[in-house]
Amino acid sequence: MKEEFKPPKGKIIKVCGKCISLVGDDIDTDRIIPARFLKCVDFESLGDAVFEDDRKDLMGKHPFDLKSNRNAVILLVNSNFGCGSSREHAPQALMRWGIKAIIGESFAEIFYSNCIAIGIPCFTLAKKDIKPLQVRADTGNLFFDIDIKNVIAIEGSTKHKLQLKESSKNMFLTGEWDATSTLLSNIKLIESKMDNLPYINLNN
Amino acid sequence: MSQNTLFDKVWDLHKVADLPGGSSQVFIGLHLIHEVTSPQAFGALKDKNLKVKFPSRTIATVDHIVPTDNQSRPFKDNLAEQMIEALEKNCKKHKIKFFNIGSGSQGIVHVVAPELGLTQPGMTIACGDSHTSTHGAFGSIAFGIGTSQVRDVLASQTLAMNKLKVRQIWCKNKLSDGVFAKDLVLHIINKLGVKAGVGYAYEFSGPAIHLLSMEERMTICNMSIEGGARCGYINPDKITFNYIKERQFAPKNENWLKAVTWWKSLASEKDAIYDDVVSIDASKVEPTVTWGITPGQSIGVSQKIPKLKELSEDDQFIAGEAYEYMGLNPGQAIKNTPIDVCFIGSCTNGRISDLRVAAKIVQNHKVSPNVKAFVVPGSEKVAKAAIEEGLDKIFKEAGFQWREPGCSMCLAMNPDKLTGNQVSASSSNRNFKGRQGSPSGRTLLMSPAMVAAAAIEGKVSDVREFIKK
Repeated sequence: MKEEFKPPKGKIIKVCGKCISLVGDDIDTDRIIPARFLKCVDFESLGDAVFEDDRKDLMGKHPFDLKSNRNAVILLVNSNFGCGSSREHAPQALMRWGIKAIIGESFAEIFYSNCIAIGIPCFTLAKKDIKPLQVRADTGNLFFDIDIKNVIAIEGSTKHKLQLKESSKNMFLTGEWDATSTLLSNIKLIESKMDNLPYINLNN
Repeated sequence: MSQNTLFDKVWDLHKVADLPGGSSQVFIGLHLIHEVTSPQAFGALKDKNLKVKFPSRTIATVDHIVPTDNQSRPFKDNLAEQMIEALEKNCKKHKIKFFNIGSGSQGIVHVVAPELGLTQPGMTIACGDSHTSTHGAFGSIAFGIGTSQVRDVLASQTLAMNKLKVRQIWCKNKLSDGVFAKDLVLHIINKLGVKAGVGYAYEFSGPAIHLLSMEERMTICNMSIEGGARCGYINPDKITFNYIKERQFAPKNENWLKAVTWWKSLASEKDAIYDDVVSIDASKVEPTVTWGITPGQSIGVSQKIPKLKELSEDDQFIAGEAYEYMGLNPGQAIKNTPIDVCFIGSCTNGRISDLRVAAKIVQNHKVSPNVKAFVVPGSEKVAKAAIEEGLDKIFKEAGFQWREPGCSMCLAMNPDKLTGNQVSASSSNRNFKGRQGSPSGRTLLMSPAMVAAAAIEGKVSDVREFIKK
């Protein structure tokens, strides 16, 4: 098993490490973490169960089972990754397995916002650019130093330009992705909003 | 950028502040919670030493893990018991209203909140469940969130969000006989694709939509997320107001008239600007069935499973995966595909009108001997109404099992599961690989009427022929 899991904290400015490729469009959160693993009151044990059914099906040949991928931290995926159920258990399971950033053609909306909320940056890259990287991650060792401020993945002397929403980028660079304290800093505005919404009074 | 749509109006009304990073802080008017996605959020509050800011704005029920055969406590499944106990404890501690089993109002969270009159036009509604889009049927802005966001809503009643674009889906003409809201939404998802809605709120409008009942509208908005749209809504009208009137949490007396006046002002203006507009001809929609592993892989019941070359390049990879997983061949008709299990229920189609339609089909028929068929009402209120109307008897006489309310085999977190590579005809919302509890189980999504017809015939059937019989 890997080293002890430590959740990210504060500013996230870079993610460095080995890439792991998972090929497929529309990989939904039921596949990332089947519903039976949602019967828990914490997220601690989810890392081992990530892609459980797909992994069983491939009998040791799933990318998440290959020895060569054991220390991977950057996941390369295709289109509409994380669609379906809003279960945060999906990015939590990926994170607890070791994933710290994801690069993909596109992401489902709720999955993307869950990733931000737990500190996993999700970058996008065009299909034509992702495919060769996935092949290289599968056939050899691909290491990236991702610089979040400049939104680039550095591979030795090569720089791959990635895409990241400006607001997401700012949240990682400032630590605002861990949103609770930022939200609570506007407590007076929240209280005044609550007092002024038409339906709050009509329903009393 | 959209202007003067209902989405713009409700968004502006609930915006609390612009956050330094560039996103917006948005007030959540109604927060719904259940046992699966809330325990870690309460745990995080405890870790951060925070309280629930406005306990009266959060409502809880239990739905995902509840058994539907025997609901006596403690549950046989110890993990399920632990989850319901955690919810009971958290609600008690934080003074959150909880509709527990036996309260008369327990059920699937997206069935319960509308039937109690909690869901109203003009609200922002969030819940740790992707099918929260259901509540958009009332002209609210409703969307699913993850557990960290549940924590944020509990702590602050707000969320950090980016404003969505708005796509109007204009549905012209009307649905034909034997064709239902489920068929229309499956058709829309097929036409637009499962990821077209990413970054958008979907406004469903046009004559075909405004002819629908509230329960049918909920079916449409429920599946917005299957088209990638986190949020889908319908402008409120008389049908909306009549549905809400006199429900337990509806505005009463002089507040009722004030509320209706306000609700009327929320609808998208005639001169509203949308980021995108698409048009769908509802009269062309057939009873629709999925053949693959995404809700977008559907065809009319008279059609054949598309061949690879008939699909766009983008759709080919997942289609190849689907043929293999489903054991269905391209070019094969979907009609007459043998069925092992029939499931009527879920937040998509587990309401009283769904059970009425299905009961009408099964009345005086018998479930095919090779089929296990069961009905899971969406809530205790739905179950009560159905029993009062005698629908439970009709189902039982036909050979269906009549169960207690819950999410059940929509996602199979309780004992209701497919086994091996069984094929189900299901009135639920997702046909993902392994979704219904068996890693090799196969799901065909369809309307409750089509599930009823499949149960009797033991195979995929055209419910329109059934209605003629």
